[in-house]
Amino acid sequence: MFKLFKKVLTTGVVTENFKAPHDAELETLGIEIKRRIDQKFTGSLAIRAVDAGSCNGCELEIHALNNPFYDVERFGIHFVASPRHADVLLVTGVVSRHMQTALLRTYDATPNPKWVIAMGDCASCGGEFGVSYASCGAVSNVIPVDMTITGCPPSPLVLLKALLALMEK
Amino acid sequence: MSWQKAFLQQLDEAGIFVKLEDVSPFVALWQIDDKHWQRFAELAAENKLRWAAGFAEQIDGQFYVHACFEKSGNYILLRATVNASKPELPSQATVYAAANRSERHTHDMFGIEFLNHPDPRCWMRHKAWGKHDYPLRHDFPVQGSPAEITPPDTDYHFIQSHGVGVYEIPVGPVHAGIIEPGHFRFQAVGELILNLEERLGYVHKGTEKIAEGRTPEGLAKLAGRVSGDTCVSHAWAACMAMEQAANVEIPPRAALIRGIFAERERIANHLGDIGAICNDVAFTFAFMQMMRLKELWCRTNYELFGHRSLMDKIVVGGVAVDVSEAASKFMLTDMTQLRAELADLIPAIDLNSSLEDRLYTAGYLSPETAAHFGTLGFVGRASGQDFDVRRDAPYAPYDSVAVKVAAENQGDIASRFWVRYKEINASLKLIEQFIEQLANLPEGDLVANWQTPKAESYGLGIVDGWRGEIISYVRFGENNTIARFYPRDPSQLNWEALEKAVLNNIVPDFPVCNKSFNCSYSGCDL
Repeated sequence: MFKLFKKVLTTGVVTENFKAPHDAELETLGIEIKRRIDQKFTGSLAIRAVDAGSCNGCELEIHALNNPFYDVERFGIHFVASPRHADVLLVTGVVSRHMQTALLRTYDATPNPKWVIAMGDCASCGGEFGVSYASCGAVSNVIPVDMTITGCPPSPLVLLKALLALMEK
Repeated sequence: MSWQKAFLQQLDEAGIFVKLEDVSPFVALWQIDDKHWQRFAELAAENKLRWAAGFAEQIDGQFYVHACFEKSGNYILLRATVNASKPELPSQATVYAAANRSERHTHDMFGIEFLNHPDPRCWMRHKAWGKHDYPLRHDFPVQGSPAEITPPDTDYHFIQSHGVGVYEIPVGPVHAGIIEPGHFRFQAVGELILNLEERLGYVHKGTEKIAEGRTPEGLAKLAGRVSGDTCVSHAWAACMAMEQAANVEIPPRAALIRGIFAERERIANHLGDIGAICNDVAFTFAFMQMMRLKELWCRTNYELFGHRSLMDKIVVGGVAVDVSEAASKFMLTDMTQLRAELADLIPAIDLNSSLEDRLYTAGYLSPETAAHFGTLGFVGRASGQDFDVRRDAPYAPYDSVAVKVAAENQGDIASRFWVRYKEINASLKLIEQFIEQLANLPEGDLVANWQTPKAESYGLGIVDGWRGEIISYVRFGENNTIARFYPRDPSQLNWEALEKAVLNNIVPDFPVCNKSFNCSYSGCDL
């Protein structure tokens, strides 16, 4: 137990400060829904992550948001286990046809008001996979998308800034 | 080469004629008659060959059906030709359990019947295409003719159980955590798991089909996204196959850099997963510490090489980015730091009795079961399957170093945990050796000159990714385009072993059992 406490103490706090993005950055994220979000969800955002056909690259960076450097929960952003608890669906990957119904049902199960973020190049525009017999392509081909975050995969910093932009008053 | 000779003689006695051809130093093409397909497997099993991969391709009016076997680091690429008018041949899944899902995949994608297959259910096909449509046939258009909304696959017949107190738990495809989609069907009594059946295929993205017609550069990019956590090794395997087909040798500097990137990928994933295993038994201290170390590791990737998980850094013919002297120095300091951190952390984790209580004896995979399913990588190594491509069928740069393989036969979650920790240490040593070799090399080209391969030429790339052996098959068509790409992720074999490892465990321990395997869904569904 001593070793454990020693490590906790010597590691200290590694959590970093992040400034909320300025207007130019908001512009690049294409956020016009920010104001509406502010009215509805001041102070907290419950996110349900849905992999609709990703390669797992985006998932790794979502995981990183919970590491002590980014510590996303301190901003009131938390990941929930059910769409019924969620304000936001964070969708990764092209929507594979085998996941199409599952995504539609997840969307329906999310209570209003709700927002959809398409994360990564695949979810935003189809990426390397595009539309085919097996893939519906971008998330917006299946459910309405309110915000896209590009990158393959987007770094946790880009992701965090986008989420903060949603929350910032 | 002795076992091949004896085996060939045995085949000859059984009346199986084999046409031989060398593909690469460790791979030989053996062509047999389709009617001997199963008999070959029986004799191969007697000779303790490991069944490693299975895939098909269409060549004009016929299909080539392939199976890949390995023994002592030597591979056989077995091929039979079947006529497209009546594509069928006897199943090898009756002999090798490992061939089961692979043959079902080939059936769904090509319409090739494997006679007497023990499980006639579809595997990759849900409802996105018809029962008599086969996406990888040439007459199937890449866009297919999907319905506006693809209905869910509701009529897959899971194993049923009867009796008082037995109940069923369906999980997925959308899971509670931030993970890939797939369906698990548990039969349980109380908390005890009686049976688990996996139903995958949810992230089938048509990878094999959309690879057709790509340029070599385009295929390298796609291969990096077969499984996003293995972008280096999958791209490497695909590039190796293409380079073999085109007879291109990569510069020694590029080989060393590929080695460094692959080992960095291994360490990143092991750090993350060791933490995640602890998280699944609610030991947050270790989880947070390991996530911290992984983040630092990824940041170094980004600072030195421009991408946190090194995506698209392996290109056909070499690598996209150099490792400068300064970068080498940075990495060495970084690794000293990581070692010091682990020297603090691992004893603190090891001494934790609550962790011990959850990880030891849980999720036990016996060496026999592991061998039965051809289990690979750290999952296999924790259950006595001492195989590593880097040591047993070495490719540059691993042919210039001694690769130490950590193997145990305890087979539980703890064993997989410790094998992964040992692999981190082994990888650190490998990176150091590669850096040293790099320092002794003059600066030079990072990419070899590409030469357009002849139409029909093919290659088999075999590398050891962090999950284990990856086999990648590439055939070229006309004008430098890809005619066929098939990547075999180690998960394809490890998934089936997971079904057995969770038996008699409690349902709440499934997440930690699953995490200790950490199989890829995307790499399996393609």
